[in-house]
This record gives sequence, structure tokens and C-alpha cells, in this order.
Amino acid sequence: MSNTMKTFAVAGAVAAAMAAHSTPADAAAKEKCYGVALAGANDCAAGPGTTCAGSSVTDYQGNSWKLVDAGTCESMELPEMADGSARKGSLEPLDRDLPA
Amino acid sequence: MTGQSDFRAGLLDPSAAVPDGLESGDGTPAGKRYDVYRNNVTHSLIAALQTAFPLVRKILGRQNFNSLAPIYVRAHPPKSPLIMHYGDAFPDFLSQLPQLEKLGYLPDCARLDLAMRASYHAADAPAFDLTGFQQLPQEAMMSQTLTLAPATRVLTSSWPLFDIWRFNMIKDAPKPVMQPQDVLITRPDFDPEPNLLPPGAADWLAHLGQNETLVAAYEATAATTPEFDLAAALTITFTSQAFCANERASDATTS
Amino acid sequence: MLDSQRRFDRLPASPGVGYKLQHFNDILGDPGPVKWIEIHAENYMGDGGRPLAQLRALSQRFALSVHGVGLSIGGETPLDRDHLNRLKKLCDWAQPASFSEHLAWSTHGAEFLNDLLPLPYTDATLNRVASHISQVQDTLGRQMLLENPSSYLAFAESTLSETEFLAELVRKTGCGLLLDVNNVFISATNLGLSAQQYIDAYPLAHVGEIHVGGHDEDTDDTGAPLLIDSHGKPVIDPVWALLDYTLARTGPKPVLVEWDNDVPDWLTLRAEAQRAAHALAA
Repeated sequence: MSNTMKTFAVAGAVAAAMAAHSTPADAAAKEKCYGVALAGANDCAAGPGTTCAGSSVTDYQGNSWKLVDAGTCESMELPEMADGSARKGSLEPLDRDLPA
Repeated sequence: MTGQSDFRAGLLDPSAAVPDGLESGDGTPAGKRYDVYRNNVTHSLIAALQTAFPLVRKILGRQNFNSLAPIYVRAHPPKSPLIMHYGDAFPDFLSQLPQLEKLGYLPDCARLDLAMRASYHAADAPAFDLTGFQQLPQEAMMSQTLTLAPATRVLTSSWPLFDIWRFNMIKDAPKPVMQPQDVLITRPDFDPEPNLLPPGAADWLAHLGQNETLVAAYEATAATTPEFDLAAALTITFTSQAFCANERASDATTS
Repeated sequence: MLDSQRRFDRLPASPGVGYKLQHFNDILGDPGPVKWIEIHAENYMGDGGRPLAQLRALSQRFALSVHGVGLSIGGETPLDRDHLNRLKKLCDWAQPASFSEHLAWSTHGAEFLNDLLPLPYTDATLNRVASHISQVQDTLGRQMLLENPSSYLAFAESTLSETEFLAELVRKTGCGLLLDVNNVFISATNLGLSAQQYIDAYPLAHVGEIHVGGHDEDTDDTGAPLLIDSHGKPVIDPVWALLDYTLARTGPKPVLVEWDNDVPDWLTLRAEAQRAAHALAA
């Protein structure tokens, strides 16, 4: 690419950016729903009760981890990079031990 | 005496006995009362991961995520009181779980979640003066350096990372097809946005990040990525407001 | 420093709310009786973005209380200097009318456990906590308020009551107190004590702020009630009654409604603040 071409590319991109530039949205209040707004906030509240997530031994043993309601991974088919074979990107409901 | 090491020992280990020296009001052993603290610690950290990794959670499903989160919490308790930054070891943790080995893209998705959060909390900076830039003589334009805004993040991936994000987070978005994709995260106002980078653009941004001029960064990138499209790279970075004014405030909170 | 007019040197003796980002538009548009807000310090320790932008705007309208939840003042180990410096930076910038923290620990070694963990009340812990409070006050260059915890258990080794412990801390450090009457109700129920007797024994002259909030009910191994400080529900009537009992002895104080889990819409939270306003007007 010649310098002229490069300059043309820069100028064209600037023009496109100017055209695409939207007016800033209503400042601090507007937010989208990607889940970042409250991400991992500190709190001074206790959890609910004594027996959910983490206080009971049965809830807590990773070694018996079973995959249940799969999310969207079941519907995305992405082959492995290396061999290119079309393996469905599914979770395996293994009962193998997890690393400690 | 019940030292804090004793108290801590059982918090993330439900098989550990309740520490000695803890009582109910009437002097009987505390028993289940200690579980309140076990539960609070674990539950609050799981909740932090749930909000911190929306893309990973969507891909795995809620129950799978919640089965795996306590394992991470137990192995990697926070090292800082800033829960907003909790989870930096999560991508590597995911990559080491044999159950997830077919989801090779999942660690990159976790990195994207982390980058979105880092962008959200990054410093503010004055906007890049696009009008002033446009009015520069052409040679001056080419010798400009461009400063990445503090909230800008670049992720390289051998997976279709942008399409995976879009498929999961945008209604009716198409299914991803296999191709490597680099992602640019910018924060035009207060909400970080992922953008798809054309091939080579991540490399070009890395050169710009080292204070190289526009033309020098272009030439270095074109040498390794012949198909690099400068106009496309400029368009996405300008429209997404990836750059800030060159002399940005060093710290928004002290300005 | 914020470029506000700094009209708020102290918290008004009126209702405040624990501020949540999603209430930004509503609280500005329709604050009802709310004259001040409280934020959790750690959530505003990012470098920029929405949290700080909102705080900048809100500080023009509302007096501000910065409430730390991660300093681990009751910890056995020295205070985290980096975190203390972050608090100083935030307080220097936001110039809050009040800074408060908890009688609890949350950091152990290099780990932050993200819960307000309990400590025994002994001469040894008293001296340690007093020295931590003094360090905080010296670093921040201001008086701090210390909040009483919700207790789910007691330590066999304790030799002082919680009220004695707090009174001694005030005497040694000159700190003020944040009296959480929901926590008093929870601790009294959980440990089989009288909440009113706790208030009677409490050094009320040093109260700078009062908290109310909602809690959950559970039971211990023997079936005895075990209340959990979940901040996820409306304040229950017996806690409002305990607030009345307290205000009758302290006179009007800043009263904060805390709602941290299952955060409701603004009108629901505002209604709770309205109820606090009635208590203050009684």
C-alpha cells in the first residue's frame, strides 16, 4: 500500500467514524444487561439461612459433580482446532474426580 | 481460645469439625450456628462469581456453574477485599477441569468476562478529538500516536470469541462458526461493549500501545498480517471510541 | 476532590438508604424522605466508570456515609495498609459526612473471606481493636463509627459483654458508634438475651448513626430460633419497635434502611425510609 493509499484509508475511516458517532447516552443511569453493572459487589449481608450453598457437606463435594441442565454449549458446534473434526461442543456428564 | 486460624479452618472445608470454644447463648456447643459463617463465605463468593462471569454462566447453565463455583471458591479465595476484581484465576481453573475439556473456548469466554469487568471499573479519560484529527494535514495524520483509553481491552482468541459472546448475549444472533476472532472491548459511556476486530488489528493496537505512530504500527502489522485492513481497523476503533485524548488525566478520582 | 459544594458536614437526623446503582434515576427524581445515602466503600474503589460518576452526581443532592465492609478491624493480623490507603483516597475524594466500619474480621493471612466474622471480647482483643481503630482514625484524619455485629454464636473465652467492649473502645479511641438495632435484635434472639437490656447498657451518647434492616429466620440444632442478617426483606415490626425504644433514649439520629439482597424497586425501599421518618417524628 502506498502512502497515498494509507492516507486515503485513514481519512476514509475518520469520515466513517464521524458519521457513525452517536450522541452520548444519558450518562450514569442507562445500562445494558451484560451483567457488569453489579459485578461482584461487596456487601454486608449474610447469605440465606445455614444450609444452602456451602455449609452442607453434600452440597459441597466437588467429586460428585454432575453436569445437569446444560447451557448454550449444547447448541454451539465448534470443532477442535487441531484436527478440525466436528465434535459437538457438549459437556460430558462425567463422574470423574475433579482436581483438588 | 479460638484463634482466627481455627475459625478460618472450617469455613471453606465443610468436612472440618466446628472449632472448639464456640457456644450457643446457653453455653452448649455452637454446632450448626457455625455453619452460618460457612454458608455466608461460600454463598457470597459464589454470588460474586455468578455476577462476574455472565457469559460462562450462560454457556454452562446455571446448575453446572453453581456446581463448579464452590470448587473454585474453595481453591481460590479472594486475595483482596475488592470483590469487583475477584476471579482472575477462573480462566485457568476452567482450562484445567477435565469435564470441560471439549469446551476449549470456555477459558477465553471467562477472560472476556474479566475484561468486561475491568473495563467497567477502569479510569475515565477525555475523549479522543476526532474532529481535530480529521483536520490534520495528511502527513501529520500518519505520524500521530494514538492512546488507548484506560477502559479499552483487547483479547486475542483462536476461537470465534466475538460470535460466541453475541450468540449468548444478543437475542437472535447467529450461531458461531469456527474461526479465530479477536475482540476489542471499549466503554463509550459507562457500559463496556465487545467489538469484532479484523485480522491483524489486535497486533496493530499492541503496536499503537507502545507509542508507535499510525504509519509505523501499520507497517509492522502489515509485515506479519498481509491482509491487514487499516481502514477497517480504524473504523472499528474510532466508532467504538477505543482511543482517548493523548494527554489523558492520570487518575480520574484525583482530578 | 469532588467539586460539590460540600454542604453536608454531618449526616442529618433523618432517613437514609443503602444506595444501589439501579436506583440512580429514581432516587434523584423522587427521594421522598431520604436525605442521605450510604455506600459500601469497596464498591467505589474502581478507577472510574459508572459507580464514581453516579457518586459525583448524588453528592450534590445527598449527604454521604461511606461504610466499609472489608477492613477487618477485628483481625488478629495488622490492618491491610493498601486497603486503608484506598479508604483514605476515597474519603479524601468524596468527603463523606461519616465513615463507619464493623466490629468484625474478614481478612486472614492473604485471604479475604468476604463475611463479617466474629471475635471474642477479651482484654487482648480490646487492645488490638482499639489500636486498629486509632490507626484508621489517624490515617483518615477523622472520627470513625464502629458497628455492632450480628452474632450467631458466642465465644467461651469472652470476658466482656459486647456493650462493655464497645464502651471501652469509645473510651480508648474516641470513636463513635453505629448502632444497628436489627443486629441487636438478631444477636439478642440468637444468644437468648434481652434486646432492650442491650440498648439500656449501650453507650448511647456516642451513637452517630442507626441501622435497620430485614433478616431471615432459621433454627439451630436444638430447634431454637436462629436469625440471619440477610438484608433481603422489609424490617419486621419488633425491629421497628426496638428502633422506637432506642430513639426515645437517643433523640433523633440518622437512621439507615439496609436492603442488600433481592433489592426491591425504589418505591418499596422509599416506603421503608418513610416508615423510618415516622419513627423519627414520633
